[in-house]
Order: sequence, then C-alpha cells, then structure tokens
Amino acid sequence: MDPGHAPSVYQGAANVIAAVMLLLEFGMLRQALIRDQIRLYAAQSALISVLAIVIAADRGLPDLYALAGLSAALKVVAVPLVVRRVTGRTGRDEAPGVAGSYTLGVANSVLASIALAAVGFFCFNALGIHSPVAPATALAIAGGMILVAFGLMIVRRDVASQAIGFFSLENAISLAALVVAAGLPLILETAFLFDLLVAVVVFGMLIRAHHTRAESLSTADLTRLRG
Amino acid sequence: MFAVILALVFVPLAAGIISLAVPARAAAAVTVVSGLASFGLVLALVPAAAHRTLAYVSYFRVDAISAIFMLATGFLYAIVAIYSAGYVAKETEGESPSGRRRYARRFYPLFNLFGWSMLVAPMMNSLALLWIAIEVTTVISALLVALENSDAAVEAAWKYVLIASAGLGLGLLATIFAYFAGAQVLGQHYDLALNTILGAGGRLAHTPVRFAFMLAVLGYGTKVGLFPVHTWLPDAHSEAPTPVSALLSGSLLAVSFYAILRYYQIATATLGTGFPRDVLLAFGVASLLLAALYLLDQRDIKRLLAYSSVEHMGILAIGVSFGAPIALAGVMLHVLAHAAAKGNAFMGAGVLVIKFGSKQIAAQRGAMDLLPWSGPLFLLAVLALSAMPPFGIFRSEFQIVAGGLGAHGYAPAAILVILVTVAFFGLTAATTGMLFRSRRAGAPVIAAAASGAPGGRPSPAGDGHTDGGGRPEAAGPARVSMLERAAPARAITRGEPSVWMVVPAVAGIAALLILGLHPPAELTQLISRAVTQLGGTT
Repeated sequence: MDPGHAPSVYQGAANVIAAVMLLLEFGMLRQALIRDQIRLYAAQSALISVLAIVIAADRGLPDLYALAGLSAALKVVAVPLVVRRVTGRTGRDEAPGVAGSYTLGVANSVLASIALAAVGFFCFNALGIHSPVAPATALAIAGGMILVAFGLMIVRRDVASQAIGFFSLENAISLAALVVAAGLPLILETAFLFDLLVAVVVFGMLIRAHHTRAESLSTADLTRLRG
Repeated sequence: MFAVILALVFVPLAAGIISLAVPARAAAAVTVVSGLASFGLVLALVPAAAHRTLAYVSYFRVDAISAIFMLATGFLYAIVAIYSAGYVAKETEGESPSGRRRYARRFYPLFNLFGWSMLVAPMMNSLALLWIAIEVTTVISALLVALENSDAAVEAAWKYVLIASAGLGLGLLATIFAYFAGAQVLGQHYDLALNTILGAGGRLAHTPVRFAFMLAVLGYGTKVGLFPVHTWLPDAHSEAPTPVSALLSGSLLAVSFYAILRYYQIATATLGTGFPRDVLLAFGVASLLLAALYLLDQRDIKRLLAYSSVEHMGILAIGVSFGAPIALAGVMLHVLAHAAAKGNAFMGAGVLVIKFGSKQIAAQRGAMDLLPWSGPLFLLAVLALSAMPPFGIFRSEFQIVAGGLGAHGYAPAAILVILVTVAFFGLTAATTGMLFRSRRAGAPVIAAAASGAPGGRPSPAGDGHTDGGGRPEAAGPARVSMLERAAPARAITRGEPSVWMVVPAVAGIAALLILGLHPPAELTQLISRAVTQLGGTT
C-alpha cells in the first residue's frame, strides 16, 4: 500500500484493534486484583481473534478463520479458566499477595510503561518494515505492547501477575505475527497454541507449588538464591 | 535413515510414557534402555550425516550440525540415565515406600521426555518447529527443577520458567521476522523450512534478518546462558536433581546454542559475516568475563559448575565469531567435549553431595580418600573442564584460539586465554580443597550445615551458615534436601554410594580421552562438513 494513501478499512481496523490491545495491556499492569487481570487478558485475546477474522476476510486467507476459532477457545476460555482455577484455590476471595504488588507504585509504573510503549513504538517504526500485508502502525503498536508486557512482569511482584504478563507478551507477539506473518501455515500456528497451553499448565503447577510453600502469591521472599 | 529418525522420535517418548505406568525399578531399566538405544540410533545417523543432508517429509532435516548436537545429547542422555538409576535410589533412601514411588513416578517420565525434546529439536526442519521444541524443553525441565519441591527448588523453577519463557518470547519474535524476511522472496505461504530460507539467503531483505538475528541471540541466548540474560541458570542448575543438572548444562544449553547457529547461518548468508560475528563476540566475551569472575568466589559446588557452563557457552560464541574453519571445528568439538566433561563433573558433584550431605564446598573435604573412584574421576572431570591435555576440551579450545590468532583476532584470542585461565584458578581452587584437604578442618562446618536447617525449611540467612570468611551464607542454597536433613555430623565412611554412579563417569572420561587424543575418522568428517555448512572463512 502506498504510504501516502489514506489507510484502507482493513488497515484502520487492524490499527484500532492493536491500539485497544495496548490499552488493555496497561489495564493489566494497573489492575490490582487477579480476577480483573484475567478478564482483561481474555478481552485482549478476544481482540486477537477478531483481528484474525478481519485479516482473513481482507486477504482471503481461510486458514485464519480456523486460527481465530482455536485461539479464542484457548486464550479466551481455557487459559483464563486455568489461571482462575489455580489462583482461585489459593484464597476465598482474592489470592493473597497480588493486590498492591507494585515495585514502583501505580503512578510511576504507568508512567514508566508509557515511556516503554513509546520506545517500542518508535523503534519498531524505525525498522521501516512494511509490505502489502503489514500495516506498519499495528506492528509498531505490537512493539510497544511487547515492552509493556516485559514492564508488567518486572514491576509486579507476584507470581500470578507475572504469569499474566507472560501470557500477554505472547498476545503481543501474536499481534505482530498476524500483521507480518499472516500466511504462516495453520499447522504451525496450531502447534504454537498447543505449546502455549502446555506452558500455561506448567505455570499453573508452579504457581500452586509456590503458594503451597509460601502461603502467598507474592514473590517478595523469592530472594534466597543469589551469587 | 528415515526409520532411524522416526525411532529417535518414538523411543524416548515411549520410554517416558511407559515409565509413568511401571514400578520404580522397571522405570529405571526402561530409562537406561531408552538412553542407550537413543545414543545408538544417533551413532547410526553419523556416517550418513557426514556425507549428506537427510531431509524427510518436510518436517525432519538432519545435517552435520544437527548430528553433532544430537550426538552430545544422545551421549549425555545415555550415561545420565545410568547414573539416575543410582541417584534416585540414593536420593529417596530413608523415605516411605510411597514417597519413593512418587519421586520415581515424577522423575523418570519427565527425564525421558526431557531427553526426547532435546533430541527432537535439532532434527526439526522448520524454524517454527525448532522454537516449539525448545519451548517444550523449557516447560519439561522447569518441572524437573521443581521436583525436589523445596522452597529453593520452587523459587529456582519459577525464575527459570519465567525468564526462559520470556526470552523464548523474543525467540518467537525472531521466528516471525525470519518468516517475514522469507515471505518477501518466497511468497506469503511457505513453511519456514531451513532448506528454503537458506537457499534464498542472498535475496532476503537486510533489516528483518538483522532484527531476527539480534532477537534470536537475545531470546535463545537466554537459554544458552549468555550474559546478561543468564540469571536463571545458576539457580536452576543448583536446585535441580543432579542428573537433570547434568543434562541442563551439557545438553540443553547446547541445543539452544544450536538455534542461534541456525540464525547465524541465515544472517551470514544474507548480511555477510561482519555483523553476526561482532554480535556473538560481544555476547561471548561478556559471558566469559562474568563467569570467570563468579567462578573465583563460589561456595556451592553446583553453582560453581553452573558458572563454568556460562564460561563454556561464552567460549562457543567467541569461537563462532572467529569464523576461521579451524575455530569452527573447535566449536563443534567443544560442544561434544563440554557435554562429556560437564556431565561428568555434575555426576561427580552429585556423588560428593550425597556423601557429605551438603552442597557447600566448605563442607566437602577429603573426597579423594573417602571416594576411591568418584574422587579421582571428579578431579579428572574438573581438569578436563579446565582444558587440560589430553582431554577433548584442550583440543577444542586450542583450535578455537588458533583460529582466532589465524583470523587476526589477536585481542579476543588473548582475552579468551586470560579469562579461561582465571576460570581455571576458580575451578581448581574450589575443588582441590574438596578433594585433598583433610577432613578434620572441615568437620565443624559439616555439623553447622547439617544442624542449621532442620525440617527442610530454609533457615534465615546468616544463622550460622558462615564459612571461614565470616560472611553470612545467604548466597548459599537455603534448600536442604532429604539428604541434607538425614545427615547429622555423622562419621563418613570410605566407599562409593552406588556403582551405578561410577560406571557412567568412567564412560565420560573415556569419551573425553577419545575426543582429545584421537577423534574417530567419522567424527572428523562430520565436523568438517559442519564447518563447511557454517561457512568457515577467515
């Protein structure tokens, strides 16, 4: 697409979806309760499926419809269920150690993440990667989202938020994959999703193990191994 | 040959499933058989892979480079499987029958699956499948690291799974950008096969390839243990059961390095050699420097060996950055020799930990007298790791340095030699005390280490875990395993814990001698083909 042109409906839709996903990432970073983080994650994952459908319709890639369905089943339903189950068993109402597990304080965390998002956005933009398939802005937003997801894993000091941070990192990479590598064969995409499911189960088992031993999801006491 | 490849995919997988269902002894036997069979199958692949690239059904591709990494994994899987039979029996000694069953039922299936995933990864033709296989190695090994279910083991496993998975997230991004680079030339639908993308090498766009290579070095480098993304490594290596530590260090790190080599191939085909070599040199020197300094002051034997792994991965990266054929041949040999030497060192360390009931170096004294076989074997393994002749690592590091000097990389070659010497001092200073210093001096420390933490809960830092320097032992492992709990300041008698833990170490030393003195002709041929594939030029 000629860069001087007004964006097509497809490009506009892709960019809007990417921007909303980035906002949801900030929501996860800021949200105190694990239940709400899981909801935001599910919403973000649903948007990935919507984007897959948009691209499938625009580019005529029928594989992506199947991918959208699979991805929704897994990331909107299965992963949130697993995480809720794991963290739900750890306390009656809210898992201990999650709320207020900021290293920096809410305002500073958000400010730092805005800076991160800006760095990611401009760096990915500076790569100058554009092709007929790839809306450059959506890719740049994915770049920002990747750094914010890393930021989330760094500023939150509890295992549940860190796990959510990793899963949303995977969402950010899926977004990048959809815009630059939409033609990736379905079998590989399916394998990625299956792999994610295995990772989620293992994360869940380790969260449980941590909670059983520490009686909290906080990582504040994970400081024994040094040097 | 396709049958051999299929057998390699199914044998360890089947062993994993079978060992889930059978009693502990049978599971140990199945694991040993699977390990030996897998090594035999890899050996059967070597002559063919030394002459041609084996590619089947578009998913499998074994060339000389893959065969070398599979050889390292296959060998280690076989000898560590034998070692595990002794280790699991000793580790669960004194537990209830149900506790022993539970440990074996978790250990053997995961161990076999871990071996399986590392054998399968280098056989994958597609970069996407390679990424998936490496992610599978992460999740399986994270469960193995947590197996002891102590506070420290869970902490190490959490750090490992989070840091390695986040790193592999960058690896996935690298995969996607590699796909994007290829899609510009090969069309929107292609399967990211190595054959295809290497064939299109010269025509790929530079920016995405450069970006993909950086992401791959950083992402897969997390699992290789390159500075500054190595932080999970010492924790996981020290808290995992010893057989798993051996596989992690000798094999898992190498398999991740294999992924970097594949991106290196693509990058050099597209960008020329300058940029990829500079990147590897920077990461390699930084890792080597960090490891050499940390090796000088370690109190935990398994952490000591873990930092030695960071050192050797740095050497591999520097060797590739030299680019001279002899340096690349050295790198390939180093992968094999490091697997054997580090496997041996960890197996020896495992015996020492069982013997003395502590991972603390200060608590292990007079091992040479107490362990008539494992003591000398451990000494040989440490000397081999320090690149002493006549072992394989001497030959490989000699080739790497010679290649560096030949390619006019005088400064990096000099830095390499200096830092390897520093690492040598660190390793030998720690281990000579363990092996030769008399037990009398160390006895009170053993008592403190054993009584400091009853009940398996970690003691607060500095509660008597002090060593000669008087520094609180916060750096040491707070985890106190069943072994350590069961070890009051008892009289330690002379003798080996288990013959199963000695035989594999003898095999490892034999392999190191063969690699150092006279590598077989097939292996030399395999290595020279791998060097050609890596584009060895000065």
